[in-house]
Amino acid sequence: MTTTQDSPKTERSVPKPVFTDAEAGAQVFPDSTLRHYNYYKPQKRKQSHYEDVTVDVQPDPRHYLSQGWLYGFSDGRGGYPLDWTALKAWGSDKPSPERGPGTGGLFVKDWPATGWHEFRDPNEEWELTLYRYNSNVVRQVTQNVEAAKQSKAFEQWNTNWVRFVEHHIGAWMHVDHGLGLYLYANANRRAPTNMHNNAISVNSMHRIRSAQDLALYNLTLSEEIEGFDGSAHLDTWNNDPAWQGVRDVAEQLTGIDDWCEAIFAANIVFEPLVGELFRSQLVQQAAPRNGDFVTPTVVGAAEYDFAERDLRYSTAMFELLTNDKEFADHNKAILSDWMANWTTKSLEAARKLQPLWSQPDAKPPRFEDGLDRVKNRFSGIVTSLGLEVPKELAQ
Amino acid sequence: MSRQSVAKAHQKIQELSWEPAYHEPVSQYGTDYTFRKAQKKDPLKQVLRSYFPMQEEKDHRVYGASDGAIRGNMFRQVQERWLEWQKLFLSIIPLPEISAARAMPLLFRTVPNPELHNGQAIQMIDEVRHSTIQQNLKRLYMNNYIDPAGFNSSLRNFQSDYCGTIGRQFAEGFITGDAITAASIYLTIVAETAFTNTLFVAMPAEAAANGDYLLPTVFHSVQSDESRHISNGYATLLMALADEDNHQLLARDLRYAWWNNHRVVDAAIGTFIEYGTKDRRKDRESYAEMWRRWIYDDYYRSYLVPLEKYGLEIPHDLIEESWNQIWNKGYVHEVAQFFATGWLANYWRIDPMTDKDFEWFEYKYPGWYDKYGAWWENYNRLSMPNGHKPIVFEDVDYEYPHRCWTCMVPCLVREDMVMAKVDGQWRTYCHEMCKWTDETAFRPTYQGRQTPNMGKLIGHREWETLYHGWNWADVVSDMGFVRDDGKTMVAQPHLDLNPDKMWTLDHLRKCPPLASPNVLLNEMSDAERTAFAARYVKGGPAGRPAPADA
Repeated sequence: MTTTQDSPKTERSVPKPVFTDAEAGAQVFPDSTLRHYNYYKPQKRKQSHYEDVTVDVQPDPRHYLSQGWLYGFSDGRGGYPLDWTALKAWGSDKPSPERGPGTGGLFVKDWPATGWHEFRDPNEEWELTLYRYNSNVVRQVTQNVEAAKQSKAFEQWNTNWVRFVEHHIGAWMHVDHGLGLYLYANANRRAPTNMHNNAISVNSMHRIRSAQDLALYNLTLSEEIEGFDGSAHLDTWNNDPAWQGVRDVAEQLTGIDDWCEAIFAANIVFEPLVGELFRSQLVQQAAPRNGDFVTPTVVGAAEYDFAERDLRYSTAMFELLTNDKEFADHNKAILSDWMANWTTKSLEAARKLQPLWSQPDAKPPRFEDGLDRVKNRFSGIVTSLGLEVPKELAQ
Repeated sequence: MSRQSVAKAHQKIQELSWEPAYHEPVSQYGTDYTFRKAQKKDPLKQVLRSYFPMQEEKDHRVYGASDGAIRGNMFRQVQERWLEWQKLFLSIIPLPEISAARAMPLLFRTVPNPELHNGQAIQMIDEVRHSTIQQNLKRLYMNNYIDPAGFNSSLRNFQSDYCGTIGRQFAEGFITGDAITAASIYLTIVAETAFTNTLFVAMPAEAAANGDYLLPTVFHSVQSDESRHISNGYATLLMALADEDNHQLLARDLRYAWWNNHRVVDAAIGTFIEYGTKDRRKDRESYAEMWRRWIYDDYYRSYLVPLEKYGLEIPHDLIEESWNQIWNKGYVHEVAQFFATGWLANYWRIDPMTDKDFEWFEYKYPGWYDKYGAWWENYNRLSMPNGHKPIVFEDVDYEYPHRCWTCMVPCLVREDMVMAKVDGQWRTYCHEMCKWTDETAFRPTYQGRQTPNMGKLIGHREWETLYHGWNWADVVSDMGFVRDDGKTMVAQPHLDLNPDKMWTLDHLRKCPPLASPNVLLNEMSDAERTAFAARYVKGGPAGRPAPADA
């Protein structure tokens, strides 16, 4: 009989667990039960998870930033200047505390010092929510398109509808992409609080994702439908007169310097009057009549982004400004000017799209009826903000 | 999606971009760089259809681990010495992260590459992820760790305290000034490519060794996004290198960005890793060893040096000088000693070092005990209130340092301190390089070349100025670093939570008033100032005043 002997085991060098009893509640001492962020006031009775991960991450010299901004542009201005928008929230005209030798921090006791800090995103977006939401969208869109492929759904499309999708559904991806990057993502550097900028950056991702949803849908259609021209959308966007109005306005929107005007013009005026007109009053109405149950699910995802989330934070943001205790009238006057300007431009763009309504074999409801609907909805949005419906809407 | 379909999908989304036909997008940020000969390639190839589910999956892992940590009572095994330093680190880091998100638009108009803009937008939302996931980690610590003080007041503390101000450079430097200097060279080429290695890889390993596996869970998840950001920076750098006019600016910006990152990140992370750990195994890597591996070998030799053949002027001298500072001049030890000297102005507790710590330091850094040992023994002796004052007021052979105007870390390696009158004010700098940054780099001309877009150093850069002449009890009250009994300080120079052993405002009331070194410097006559400087540089190491006969 042989015996085996364990070879001497060399102990690996690893950190050893140590019982430290550093658990909440292990001892009682000053602050031992103060387990909430004590530097901000919640919007409601209790601090929300969203507020905890968002509020005050971006500092403000009017609050605790006693040494001020440390790096500036070449003109010596740092941080997030309030005059990057013409709109004002209460306290905006009050200068930052003048600190210097021996002044101490001059911390504002009665916070917030400006109305800007009252804004909370009603969607309560932070990383957990935004990835959960957008993952659900891309999964659902992918599954819908996949199911359509399996069931040969695209074979039901008539030729005219194929042409409509390749040209016009494709053209809208450029609007989403251009605004997503150069309006929304751009604006995430501009607003004075973290709550604004995070909401705007999430909005940006909705639009960029939606653009990519349409582009990848277009790629699938190129593979599934014989003769589908996957590049037709480029010519439409570049040359089709029906789209040049939309393109003109989209480019003007990306040229806005004032971040509030950019969000207002895009989300309060352009999207309700042009975006929803195209998506809800044209595509969603025409597609089923032409045998297409797939496109509405792709476009519907973008419609939900806007109608249920992006519009929601935008109205919350502008409601605060039109009801501001110090600058309501100032803000309303500026917003009314912006609204008149962008309503005119948006309606011109909308009317140029009218030829699209006659292109599918099975026609959607009349263009004028669709336009009336979006005008009514727009009026409701504007009124809810405490603004007058612009006379330009009658165009 | 299969790899093939990812490639096809990425190619397809290139159709999304378009050149304006009627109106140009707004141009809000300037640069002195030019991109006339730039190649246009996006190395990222990220499509949102795969990106969002990938990030969601990463979230599942992070939040699953968070739940597990709470259910498994992780905090029974967490070292307080370690978690206390997280009060500083996690108060700082969410702002740099969100500032990186805000920095991306600086590149839209200045880097004419629509392909890259897609990657920059994804980086933007990655950074929103990082900022909020880190705020959430801090919230979890606040709720579950024994001492929530300092976590519960985190962002107020960070924004009003000098340590936060040092850390804030690692955020504001991303979003202001010349767009390429800020959002590309400082942020992606140096901060992300070089220093996130120590921030998000080396430091989490140390956390795990101290019983905290949540920090590695969160920060490794964060670091997995950084590789994409590094690609963004690399692509922009190659574009910039294609235009020879940029080489001079690249050389300037690499020097500034490298040195500032070294001063700020090595100060903070070096201290956390060396002085925040209880793991004193001799074979565990020291910060110096980690730095040599992650920064010197992985970044400098593997990433930067190969770029030399494309015309990039590498700051070899500064990289060697940074190593010299860490290895020969005890930079990290000097910083840790200063943090501990000024514990009363902080918002976390600093554990005294023990014989076991001394032994490890001596093993890893031969000669450490002769320089720092006696001071840390004094720190231990003076840690509980017992009729004496906090260590900064006691005679322990330590001279309170002047602060560097540029990096805002004090001038701790005394022999390197330099002084200059800039913009009408006498300023001290921790090193000739920080003086160069203020005097030469951040100016509207550089080596005779117009640089109108270069940023400016602004703000009240010496914290002590604000409280010059104040009683320390009032300073700490003003900053809000007081616990809920209205008198016990958040900061303590030990870890004992017995209220009888904790320092209060009453103890501080008896201390001498705070004096601003910079205010005093500017009150000196020229002769006094010259004498001061001559004496200061003969001080040290370990903060020792210059010998009387020096």
